[in-house]
Amino acid sequence: MKRVRPISLLKTVGVLLAKDLLIEWRTRARLNALVFFALATLLLFSFAVGPDSKVLARNAGGYLWLALLFASVLALGESFRVEQENLTLDGLRLAPADARAIFLSKAMGNALLLIALGALLIPVMVALYGVQVSMGVGAFFTTLVLGCMAISAPGTVYSAIASNARARDVLLPLLLFPLIIPALLAAAKATSLVLQGDPMNQLGSWFGLLFGFNLIYWGLGFVLFPRVIED
Amino acid sequence: MTAATLLLLAVGTYLGLVWTPEDREMGHVYRIIYVHVPAMWMAMLALVLNFGLCVAYLFKSSWKTDALAEASGEVGLLFGSYGLVLGAIWGKPTWGTYWDWDPRLTAMAIMLVTYVAYMALRRFVEDPEKRAVWSSVVGIISFVNLPIVWFSVKWWRSLHQVQSTPKTVDPDMVLSLRVNAWASLMILTLFLLHRYRVALATREAEVALPEALPTDAPAPRNDRASEVA
Repeated sequence: MKRVRPISLLKTVGVLLAKDLLIEWRTRARLNALVFFALATLLLFSFAVGPDSKVLARNAGGYLWLALLFASVLALGESFRVEQENLTLDGLRLAPADARAIFLSKAMGNALLLIALGALLIPVMVALYGVQVSMGVGAFFTTLVLGCMAISAPGTVYSAIASNARARDVLLPLLLFPLIIPALLAAAKATSLVLQGDPMNQLGSWFGLLFGFNLIYWGLGFVLFPRVIED
Repeated sequence: MTAATLLLLAVGTYLGLVWTPEDREMGHVYRIIYVHVPAMWMAMLALVLNFGLCVAYLFKSSWKTDALAEASGEVGLLFGSYGLVLGAIWGKPTWGTYWDWDPRLTAMAIMLVTYVAYMALRRFVEDPEKRAVWSSVVGIISFVNLPIVWFSVKWWRSLHQVQSTPKTVDPDMVLSLRVNAWASLMILTLFLLHRYRVALATREAEVALPEALPTDAPAPRNDRASEVA
């Protein structure tokens, strides 16, 4: 009998990612709920703070990232619930697929979902809060990508853990929120600078912080994830 | 050992409160240094130990490693919170406020919350083996914050002064600081050992009698049981 050759890591990631995105596309009801949840959060901020458009415009970066963070908890929680309903995680483990590929594909899938969500929220934010993107769309997009990746790497590891534990809906935010604070701070500051202009040239250092955060947590997730899902 | 610890603590308290002269600028208020600084050192020590044990567990599984990791996480959290509260009490007369969003304070508070989550995870997972693996992973991820806390006073020169060590304080204060630090180290060791024994006993009970532990599963109803039978 011929030995099963392990499929290369990147190819596995591609296949798994395509599978996750397909599931996401076919269960659009969940996606829609997520979008409206994030929109409602943005709307709620303007009610909680009051209709002072100056305050809203000044804090728009922070509100955007809080809305994304709250939505991410729902999205991350779902991403492993799908795998458990039909015991597909066991199937994936039995297949000659590297567990690290599961981490990469899940984390990339979650990041893509959040980036898409963020892109949808921007026009709403512009309309609701009266902000303008003064630094250009490219800088905004870089912030969005780096910030969403920073949420999704530790979020994927923790959601794999929390989805098996008791009180999983409490556990995931409890684990994730304190950890994510540096990334949230950097992303919110960078977004504010992108929206309001950057006279002191600080944007680069916030990007650096986000990049470093991503490097650490994608690396840790890549190394530690196989131990999380082993049985 | 308990007696020796109490004795050393008494000596340290005497030295700190009576023997050492008061500070030229802060007066008696500065004396909190003899408990606040050792408490933070011990918190750092316990959390470094926790990190080492988490890594060790992933390489070689053992109930002892896991039990000591649980003990060090909890004791580190305890000392860290104690140090933070002491610092806040000191902050009111010196800085004029209990809390300031200074990088050192903020980073420390964030780190403590991550370890609260670490301890919560240990309560929420019933399978002892899974709990050990997952909490090791979470412990390693949480540890990333500790170097940030440690170097925060050097990176961002802000309200919180640079760490006090026997090298930076006045020579008159060195002895008191050292004695109190050793006393804290002995308290830390006592707490660790005691908590470790409790954790190990819990593991043994869990492994020996898995069905005796409370679960979330609803108890079988009598009528349904008769139906099945």
